[in-house]
Amino acid sequence: MPLVQGLALQARNLRKRFAGEDVVCGVDLGIAAGECFGLLGPNGAGKTTTLKLCLGLIEPDEGSARLLGLEVPAHAREARARVGVVPQFDNLDPDFTVAENLVVYGRYFGLGDAAIRARIPQLLEFAGLQGRAAARIQTLSGGMKRRLTLARALVNDPQLLFMDEPTTGLDPQARHLIWERLRHLMQQGKTLVLTTHFMEEAERLCTRLAIMDRGRIIVTGSPRALIAEHIESQVVEVHGPGLEAWMARARSLAPRLERAGETVFCYAADVEPVIADLRRQPELVYLHRPANLEDVFLKLTGRDLRD
Amino acid sequence: MRRARQFALPLLSPRLIAVWRRNFLVWRKLAVPSILGNLADPLIMLFGLGYGLGAVMGNLAGTSYFAFLAAGFAASATMYAATFEALFSAFSRMHVQKTWEAIVNAPMTLDDVLAGEWLWAATKALAAGLCMIAVISAFGYASYPLALAAIPVLVLAGLAFAALGLAVNALASGYDFFSYYLTLVLTPMMMLSGVFFPVEQLPGPIQLVAAALPLHHAVQLVRPLLSGVLPAAPLLHAGVLAGYAALGFYAATVLTRRRLLS
Repeated sequence: MPLVQGLALQARNLRKRFAGEDVVCGVDLGIAAGECFGLLGPNGAGKTTTLKLCLGLIEPDEGSARLLGLEVPAHAREARARVGVVPQFDNLDPDFTVAENLVVYGRYFGLGDAAIRARIPQLLEFAGLQGRAAARIQTLSGGMKRRLTLARALVNDPQLLFMDEPTTGLDPQARHLIWERLRHLMQQGKTLVLTTHFMEEAERLCTRLAIMDRGRIIVTGSPRALIAEHIESQVVEVHGPGLEAWMARARSLAPRLERAGETVFCYAADVEPVIADLRRQPELVYLHRPANLEDVFLKLTGRDLRD
Repeated sequence: MRRARQFALPLLSPRLIAVWRRNFLVWRKLAVPSILGNLADPLIMLFGLGYGLGAVMGNLAGTSYFAFLAAGFAASATMYAATFEALFSAFSRMHVQKTWEAIVNAPMTLDDVLAGEWLWAATKALAAGLCMIAVISAFGYASYPLALAAIPVLVLAGLAFAALGLAVNALASGYDFFSYYLTLVLTPMMMLSGVFFPVEQLPGPIQLVAAALPLHHAVQLVRPLLSGVLPAAPLLHAGVLAGYAALGFYAATVLTRRRLLS
C-alpha cells in the first residue's frame, strides 16, 4: 500500500508475535480524517494488539504505522499528544473524584491545571455528568464511568479517538447514549477508530469497517457494501421438531442454508418460497429478517466459539 | 520488542513529574494515617527494644542504646517505606488498577511512569526517615547542624530501595510474591546491617556479606551524622548507595519493559 498524505492513520503490513504466536500477521489499514472506522473480530482476532501497534505502545516485528502523519513508535509521544484513548477496561483512578480524574489525566499531556479546569465543565456536560465533579468514582454507575472515560480521552481535544470496545458491558440506555455522543464527535470532524464485537454498533456508527480474524483483515468496506457483497439480503431462522426432515426439503427452496446446532439459517434474496413452505409446518418456529452485518461476520469468521 | 530497545537507557520527559503528582494527590487524602504509621511503627519498636534492651545493655559505641537503635531505625524505616511503596502500591497501580496502562495512552512512556514511581517511592521513604529524625531530635539525640547531612543520605537510600523494589515488582506474579523479597532479603539485611548491634559483632565472613548490603552503608552514614560525628569513608558509602540506586533503576526499567512491552 503506498503512502497516502492526509490519512489520519495508516498501517502497512503490521506483524507482531507474542510468545511464539502470530497475533497480528500483515495488517494494512488506511483511515481518512473524519471517518468512523470499526475494527471487528472475534475474541483473540488481534484487534487490541493492532490498536496498540497503531498507538506506538508496542513495536511491530515487521511493517510500519503512521498516526496523524507521524511514524510510530518513533514519534509516538508527539502523535499521542493529539490522540485520545478509551481503553477496553475502565482504568479511572478510584482514589479520585470525577474532576480530579480529569485534572490528573490532563497533566500527562503537559496541560496546566488552569487550562484543564477551564475545560472540565464542557467535558462533564458532554459526558452527561454535570454536577458530578466532586463525586467519587465508586458512586458512579457503569455507564457513567464509561462516559467519564470518554471525557477523559477528550481532555486534550484530540483529533483522533481510539476506542476499544466502548460499550461492552453497558445496558441499552447507556449504550445508546454513548453512540449519540460518538456521533456528536463525528460531527465535530474527529476521526474515530473503534473495535467492537457488537455488529449493531458497527452497523450504526461506522462509515467503514474491517473484519479481522486470526491476525488478518479479511474484508474492508462500508457496512452496507459488505452486506450487499457478502450475504443474501434476507434471512429466515428456523428451529423446532422435524427440523432435520424439513432441512432436506428446504435445500431446493433457498440458495444457501446454514445449520448451527438446533437452528437452520436460510439465506436468499427472495425467501417467499421458504416462508410459504414454513406456513405449512406449524411445529417449526421461524423468524424472518433482513440480513445484517452479524450474518456477514459469522459467514466470514465461522460460528465456532473463540475463547 | 527488539532487544536493543529493551536494554536502552531510560528515555524520560519532564512530564514524569505528573506521575509523582498523581501519587502525591492520593497520599494527601490519606496523609494522617500514613504519617501516623510512619511514626507509630518504629516508635513502638524503639520504645520496646530501646528501653527494654537498653536497660540491660547500657551504653553501646559510646552512646545510649536508645540513640544507637533510633539512628539505625531512621535508615531501616526509609528502607521499608521505599520498599512497600515500590512493591505493594506500585503493583496495585501497575497490575490491579491498570493506572500505568491509562498513563501510557497519554504522551508518556513506560520509562516516564517508572521514573515517576521511583521518585515517589523515594519521597515516601524520605518522609518516613524524616519522621524518625524528628523523634530522635525530640529526645535530644540529634546533634545539629551535622545531623542535617543525614537527610541527603536518606534520599540516596530511598532511591536505592525504591529502585530495588521496582525491579522486584516487575517480576511479581501477585502480592504473595513479595513475601520472598521481604523475608529472604530485607529481614536478613535488617539483621546484618548494624541496625540492632554493631556489625563488628558478626563473624568475619558475614561482615563481608554485610559490607555488600545497601542498608549497612546507609547506617554507617546516618548514625555518626545524627550524633554529630563525621563518618569514616563517606564517599564509599554514598557511592555504594548511588550505585544500588542507578543499577537498580536500570534493572527495574529493563524488567518492566520486558513485562509490559514485549
